[in-house]
Amino acid sequence: MKSSNGLWKERLATPLSGQLAEEINTFEDEIEQRRLGNLDEKVFAETRLRRGAYGQRYDNGKRHDGEASRDLSYPEHNTKGPDTVWDAPGMQRIKIPYGGMTPEQLEVMAELAEEYSDGIAHITTRQDFQLHYIHIDDATTVMRRLASVGITTREACGNSVRNVCGCPFMGVCQDEPFDVTPYAAAFTEFLLGHPDAQNFGRKFKPSFSGCSEHACGLASMHDMGMIAQVREVNGQVQKGFRVVVGGGLGAVPRQAKVFDDFMPPEELLPTAQAMARIFGRHGEKKMRSRARLKFLVDKWGIDKFKTEVLAERAKLRPDPRWTDYLEHLDAQTEAPSKPPGEMPATNGDERFNEWLATNVQPQKQEGYTAVTVALPLGDLTADQLRDLADISRRFTNGTIRTTVEQNFVIRWVSNSDLPALYAALDDAQMSDPCASNILDIVACPGTDTCKLGISSSRGLAGELRKRLGEKSFQMDQAIKNLHIKISGCFNSCGQHHVADIGFYGANRTIQGYKVPHFQVVVGGQWEENAGSYGLPIVAIPSKRAPEALDRLTEYYLREKAGEEPFTTFVGRIGKGPIRQLLEDLTQDLPTPTDNPQFYADWGDPRQYSIGDIGKGECAGEVVSQYEFEMAAAERMVFGSQVHLENGLVDDAAQETYAAMLRSAKALVQIRYDDVTNDAEEIVEEFKERYCDTEIFYDKYAGPKFANYLFAAYEQAERQHTAESAHHLIEETQLFIEAVHSCYNRIRSGEAVEA
Amino acid sequence: MELQHVNFKIFLSGEPEVDIEPIVEAFHRWTAAQSVDEMLIDVADYVHVPAGPGIVLVGHEADYALDNAQHRWGLLYNRKAPLDGSNLDRFAQAFAAAINACARLEEEVGLTFDRQQFQLMINDRALAPNTPETLAACKHDIEAFIQSHLGQSEYSLEAESNPRRRFGVLAKLSQPFDLTGGSNY
Repeated sequence: MKSSNGLWKERLATPLSGQLAEEINTFEDEIEQRRLGNLDEKVFAETRLRRGAYGQRYDNGKRHDGEASRDLSYPEHNTKGPDTVWDAPGMQRIKIPYGGMTPEQLEVMAELAEEYSDGIAHITTRQDFQLHYIHIDDATTVMRRLASVGITTREACGNSVRNVCGCPFMGVCQDEPFDVTPYAAAFTEFLLGHPDAQNFGRKFKPSFSGCSEHACGLASMHDMGMIAQVREVNGQVQKGFRVVVGGGLGAVPRQAKVFDDFMPPEELLPTAQAMARIFGRHGEKKMRSRARLKFLVDKWGIDKFKTEVLAERAKLRPDPRWTDYLEHLDAQTEAPSKPPGEMPATNGDERFNEWLATNVQPQKQEGYTAVTVALPLGDLTADQLRDLADISRRFTNGTIRTTVEQNFVIRWVSNSDLPALYAALDDAQMSDPCASNILDIVACPGTDTCKLGISSSRGLAGELRKRLGEKSFQMDQAIKNLHIKISGCFNSCGQHHVADIGFYGANRTIQGYKVPHFQVVVGGQWEENAGSYGLPIVAIPSKRAPEALDRLTEYYLREKAGEEPFTTFVGRIGKGPIRQLLEDLTQDLPTPTDNPQFYADWGDPRQYSIGDIGKGECAGEVVSQYEFEMAAAERMVFGSQVHLENGLVDDAAQETYAAMLRSAKALVQIRYDDVTNDAEEIVEEFKERYCDTEIFYDKYAGPKFANYLFAAYEQAERQHTAESAHHLIEETQLFIEAVHSCYNRIRSGEAVEA
Repeated sequence: MELQHVNFKIFLSGEPEVDIEPIVEAFHRWTAAQSVDEMLIDVADYVHVPAGPGIVLVGHEADYALDNAQHRWGLLYNRKAPLDGSNLDRFAQAFAAAINACARLEEEVGLTFDRQQFQLMINDRALAPNTPETLAACKHDIEAFIQSHLGQSEYSLEAESNPRRRFGVLAKLSQPFDLTGGSNY
């Protein structure tokens, strides 16, 4: 699309010689082959995704305008992948290993955001960058310009080893035993494009943390997490890693299991290679929804998984890269540009004092601090990127990293420079004193740009941020310490499971109208490397989510015991009273005539539901029956959470299974009034009427949610542990969401038998 | 020097308090009706970012935005698709699209635009690096546009002085231009 694409190719031909240039040239050829129809759509989609060129909402050429779904007439009709129109704008994801950046990279990112995107660079919850609305024809120029400063987009998406995350404080954190940066760097380099890591059924996400206590690297929610450890043997201190595997959020989250309590560094890369081979060979390939490593670990159990990986490790042909980097660990060591300094005294500037308290973390190196730059929703402008480049050069050696909370950390700031640094950040409008507190809300793109978004996560985040900001200076510290995370759907890209208070998008049909909702998730834990996962307690209409937050925070403030953290408070109080606190928010909705805005989502005036009202559709009685049954199913799944909370594992599993059956029955009943409560009959009727016909199929997830029902039915007699009951509750909740979606599709006439 | 990807920004008058909601609604209406020359795709809200792009109406061939870069609200037209013709033709196309959008926002939302200045930028550093050489090479075309298309003889041009920003000039005119005459430009 850009006139200068040829110029950039010519200009960067020499600096980009070698593998990077070849990679990009190959992709350019593939784009051309796809344009000519010589490359299969699905093959091109995967090759495009592996280079981070991602689909975006409306790239199927259809956009809902509030009344109906309309065609967008993109000039070309070719496609760049399944269901994706050639010319439609896409998102470019850019890998930033462990978030480490240089000022030169920030400057190039600024130029790309201005010239190819919409002026905004977005930091993701896995420390990547994303640029939106990029034309596929510009993608290779974007890649060339990134490569010119040492950034690759290779394997930023697709079934590959994704960005290697890392604690942004590694190397400077007071709690870490040693700096894991060089290990993360070696891991990144070793697995990038490795032949043994090209045959996965799904993505593989690694992460490095310097310690177990903090959530900076989120090791326990990754496919492979490495946490620094030291031990003393015969008076010698040895470095190593606690390696955990099979963690992940997504629709059904899993805590990673311990693979090895202490893995010596020389075993790290060969073990990762062996794990990649095992995952490639034995991981699920057909059912995407069961293809992550966590499902293989579940299926085999950690002991068998470990045995298989270690057996594979023993067969590997030695590779010098496994240990070569250990000779040069100091190459990654950062140095300060200024002498150490004294911490400044707080002064009369309340905002500066607040910033010192929230955004400044003393380093283990005396006299230096790491400073967090809190960004609203992970967004910043090109001017701000350039300002950050200047600031990092002025105060440090350009030592700056992105974070999983969608912020930046500037490292190696001399303490005595803090007032000047604050002033510089303030000039650039990046001095918000809210790092990692309630105002620092994390949100995925949601319905703004993501094809899977159900509700506007960024819209809600923006609204909550605005409201909380207005009262932040009188806010109790206990409230300020909370973490809010929002996802546009159940897939948890906004990490709602590990927030104190999480939200994820859902939709409901109420009296014939679609209403955007958010499930409220409590009980998650951000600390201890995302130590526990929360569960949804009730779905609230989107426009009432701020009220839900107010009630929750006020209740916590009123009822907490001393300094009790929110997660402990939820555990002590129980989910029952919390649900009761919010229950009335689900009732007495205004009519669309009285309050049409209630039927639109945050930041989007289009009516969420009006286009889906069917004329003369469904007798009222049947609709009422469905809604009645679904309300009962939702009550039951909540009841199962309460059982689980009280240690009644079997009761929890039975109740949640019954809830799943009841929601399946609600859908069956729409077409077959006489269905009984017999489990076998419900499942068979459901399969015949909704599964075999593919009516229940999710556009992207296929039969995933139906399979939850079938698996629960087949294993109805199994003995549950607390963990497996927790998983079953998660699956039931997702099945219920899928029933709602299917019902909405049926009502709007979108559901068609295959 | 061939200039593509022309941007025009027409500033709001005074130092206005901008009410965002009606603008978001207007941009969604335009998208639903596909009521400009370019195919419109989406509305992106970046009001939470200080001195940012504000509200962007994303199109296929061009974006429109109520932009707040450098803390100056204005309507920004960003031509993305290349166009045939001369530099003057491309200036004229972009300017016409920009002022048509301004006129609609004045009518539909009640905004008021400053008719005596605008910013012209080239959103492509390879075609037009922000250097004195670029200014020298295209100053004639910019002046010709102001004189022949806008009918103005008294004006000043101030080049973007930060070399890391995109090439652009701020034009200040002695006479107001006609906001309703987009098609005449």
